[in-house]
Amino acid sequence: MKVAIINYGMGNLGSVYNAFKLQGADVFIADFPKQLKEADQMVLPGVGAFHKGMQNLTEGGWVEIIKNEIGNGKYLLGICLGMQLLATTGTEHCTCAGLNLIPGTVKQLSSDADKFRLPHIGWNNIDARDGASLYEGIERKSDFYFVHSYAFYPENLSFVNGTCDYFGNFTASIEKDNILGTQFHPEKSQKAGLKLINNFLKLAGG
Amino acid sequence: MLKNRLIPVLLLQNGMLVRSEIFKIHQIIGNPIHEVERFNQWNVDELIYLDISRDDSYDLRRDDTKIRNLNNALDILEEVSKTCFMPLTWGGRINHVEDMKQRFLRGADKITINSAAVRTPELITQGAKIFGNQAIVVSIDVLCRMDGTREVVIDGGRTPTGLRPVDWAASAEKLGAGEILIQSIDRDGTGTGYDLELIRDVCESVKVPVIACSGVGDYSHYAKGISAGASAVAAANIWHFKELADRNAKRSLMKAGINVRMV
Repeated sequence: MKVAIINYGMGNLGSVYNAFKLQGADVFIADFPKQLKEADQMVLPGVGAFHKGMQNLTEGGWVEIIKNEIGNGKYLLGICLGMQLLATTGTEHCTCAGLNLIPGTVKQLSSDADKFRLPHIGWNNIDARDGASLYEGIERKSDFYFVHSYAFYPENLSFVNGTCDYFGNFTASIEKDNILGTQFHPEKSQKAGLKLINNFLKLAGG
Repeated sequence: MLKNRLIPVLLLQNGMLVRSEIFKIHQIIGNPIHEVERFNQWNVDELIYLDISRDDSYDLRRDDTKIRNLNNALDILEEVSKTCFMPLTWGGRINHVEDMKQRFLRGADKITINSAAVRTPELITQGAKIFGNQAIVVSIDVLCRMDGTREVVIDGGRTPTGLRPVDWAASAEKLGAGEILIQSIDRDGTGTGYDLELIRDVCESVKVPVIACSGVGDYSHYAKGISAGASAVAAANIWHFKELADRNAKRSLMKAGINVRMV
């Protein structure tokens, strides 16, 4: 089982690579789209702004091949911005189109509360849906590490397999067939996060 | 519910970890990579690594560390990130977007800028546009004068700027900073507690999270920082000189009614 981490110039690639490596994955950093053909699973990491991420994916020639490989049944895990890019539309700095793999919009978190601060940075607990394979063997209400201001609001809530509360609920993780995503950073969430990565690897029999 | 974070700050000077006092006295206390392994095992919330070297000589001095010769800060970062499965903020000697990029590539999750942000405020905006606001932490060093007025100083405490901390924090937020790290030079290494008035004023002037730092001498100081409005509390020296500095500090925070992540 080979895992490709997509290098589209937007990520904490090193951290993601190290975490997958620790879980025993045969992981490599894909610098060119055609390398995805060699992989059994794909990871779309991401730290940064939506429009810039989408611009890099488009200019780097990633969009079509990612969609093709997903169509071939390969699993994809989007992390943070990588999950948001799965949406139809992003609204960070400007309105722009996403990969449209899971219909929905990415919008800024908001609240009128005095204590509300953005970005939402730090450890927060997840309400995982019963039976969600990503969370198998992870203690209920485990804390994961978040650092973001925007969140994914999918049209079809049945794709949400975990929620988190920060002055209101938002999508912590998402799953549609072989397309998965987490708003938090599993690679930075210590034991629970590493376990989640392990669960992802197992999905494709890795 | 979002937890308040407890963060160790590691100071890197010419390849060695140091403890610091009022930004002037620095004593070597350890190996930059082994300490991170310890914090990783402790499962700490987050880590801030500040490279406070003033020239380019990096020297680990010991050859029993099982790591190759690390002759610059970026190599150290790369090694550190291999054993660091918690968020890592890296600061020091970042003057261009390219410097930021190099650090993110090697495993930093956030970068922090200080003197360069004052000299070239647009650097904050440029960084935020590419890496996102959440990845840009603006670090502010503050000196409190005898008359109680406070001023932002840069270059490791050597250059006064004439800026008021509250004004500079608010500007940094507008420019795109995702977090503010507040350090107080006159409290650094003294163990007398945070400059709470400073923390309170800065927290009121911005809507981004604020990390309080400088002055922690015992665990009870942390809770006071949170009560003053900080989202996260950080310290450096205390992490090196007390046993179980993480667990005991968390217990103290919990007792004070503060919501922390227990591991």
